[in-house]
Amino acid sequence: MRLDAPFTEEKIRELKVGDIVELTGVVFTGRDAVHKYLHEGNDPPVDLRNGIIYHCGPVVVKEGAVWVVKAAGPTTSIREEPYQASLIQKFKLRGVIGKGGMGAKTLAACQEHGCVYLHAIGGAAQVLAEKVTRVSNVYLMEKFGSPEAIWEFQVAAFPAVVTMDAHGNSLHKDLLATSTAKLQEIFAEIDKAKA
Amino acid sequence: MDRRTLQPSLLELIRRTSAELPEDVAKVIRRSKRTETQGTTGRYAMDVICENIDLASEKSLPICQDTGSILFFVTAPRGFDEEAFRKAGDAAVVEATKVGYLRQNSVDSITGRNSGTNLGPGSPTYHFEQGPGARIDIRLILKGGGCENMGAQFSLPDTRLGAGRDMTGVEKCILEAVNQAQGKGCGPGVLGVAIGGDRATGYLHSKEQLLRKLGDRNPIPVLARMEKSVVERANSLGIGPMGFGGQTTLLGCKIGVRNRLPASFFVSISYMCWAYRRQGIMIDSRGRIREWLY
Repeated sequence: MRLDAPFTEEKIRELKVGDIVELTGVVFTGRDAVHKYLHEGNDPPVDLRNGIIYHCGPVVVKEGAVWVVKAAGPTTSIREEPYQASLIQKFKLRGVIGKGGMGAKTLAACQEHGCVYLHAIGGAAQVLAEKVTRVSNVYLMEKFGSPEAIWEFQVAAFPAVVTMDAHGNSLHKDLLATSTAKLQEIFAEIDKAKA
Repeated sequence: MDRRTLQPSLLELIRRTSAELPEDVAKVIRRSKRTETQGTTGRYAMDVICENIDLASEKSLPICQDTGSILFFVTAPRGFDEEAFRKAGDAAVVEATKVGYLRQNSVDSITGRNSGTNLGPGSPTYHFEQGPGARIDIRLILKGGGCENMGAQFSLPDTRLGAGRDMTGVEKCILEAVNQAQGKGCGPGVLGVAIGGDRATGYLHSKEQLLRKLGDRNPIPVLARMEKSVVERANSLGIGPMGFGGQTTLLGCKIGVRNRLPASFFVSISYMCWAYRRQGIMIDSRGRIREWLY
């Protein structure tokens, strides 16, 4: 289904775990350095309110006067777990794009403030780079270097799967529980074969 | 060795490693895609992955933006000039970074500063080994940080897992690592495993397992059986592509063994993502590419 800007709380709350969305609008990249920086109370150099943050450290090359995205897949989100909830609260973030899912604190913040976790396909740097139609700006480049900077991307039909919704559901939590139960069965089978 | 011919050969090795999956891996990915049910998010992930493999190769651009740790494994004859090789390798890495085959990916661990060139202490990493005859083989692995973070090292016995100092204990450790990784290592992945060694040689040997072709057969029967069993059992966990749920959690598992001290029993596991960037070249004495190894 389509998810077009502006990303209102109402639209976000309609999404459910398992929905495949195609996102069109502005997203801001931000990863480890940016999350720590904002969590420590520094003001963002750009308005993030009602925005979408993308856990991504892209390869971007300047060709003449324009930035061209050469690769732009998601990075592992769980590293931002200590910071994400406070950023969702502070900036009323409506979406977090990344990979691997996030934890209980972020899930609770998604439910309380109306935000979703959008799981992009990890490693699919070329498919996803093609969805970036324009690089509008870059912030904190000097301070953090290219992969850690805030890149402002205009994206069109950017594909992702809702794996944590604004209703307290998390595919990651559920799958971990079922796979762990299955693993215990396998361990019992191994022990039995040995005995 | 002539730097002027070696350096372009290494640049081409980096380009191809970053942009093209080796055929043995791509084949298994395409096959696994068909086992995922149409209309599921697991199948959707595999569709995007396959599209991405083709697109990266076509555009000659990185399969994944995390172009990873740069690991060279060189087998060369006696008298091979390792210092000259390092210089050519470093220069090729700087150039590859400039043109976008590699991301600026090397960060000072104290200051957090990115060198911007991919050069720095330990980057890139070179492993040299002396081989027989005049043959020079250069293998390259680009290993992303997401999957590297999912690596694990166990020390047996492990009470929590009920894993003793035997082969069933080893298998439990491997399966536990898969379950802990869930989708975070960009699965479906491939495991390189080393049984034994010390902590450092164990991890190194686990990475060396990733130089093996996916379709090969382990010459040690007990390990060949365990490689098969791990993949089957891991796939029954239902974690699936990207941790979305599904049939394919692992594409393969490669296990090697090192002797250990009586006091130590390590199981070291390196998780490789589906974007399994590994290539190799055989070069002649002037540094020209003679053959591609994968």
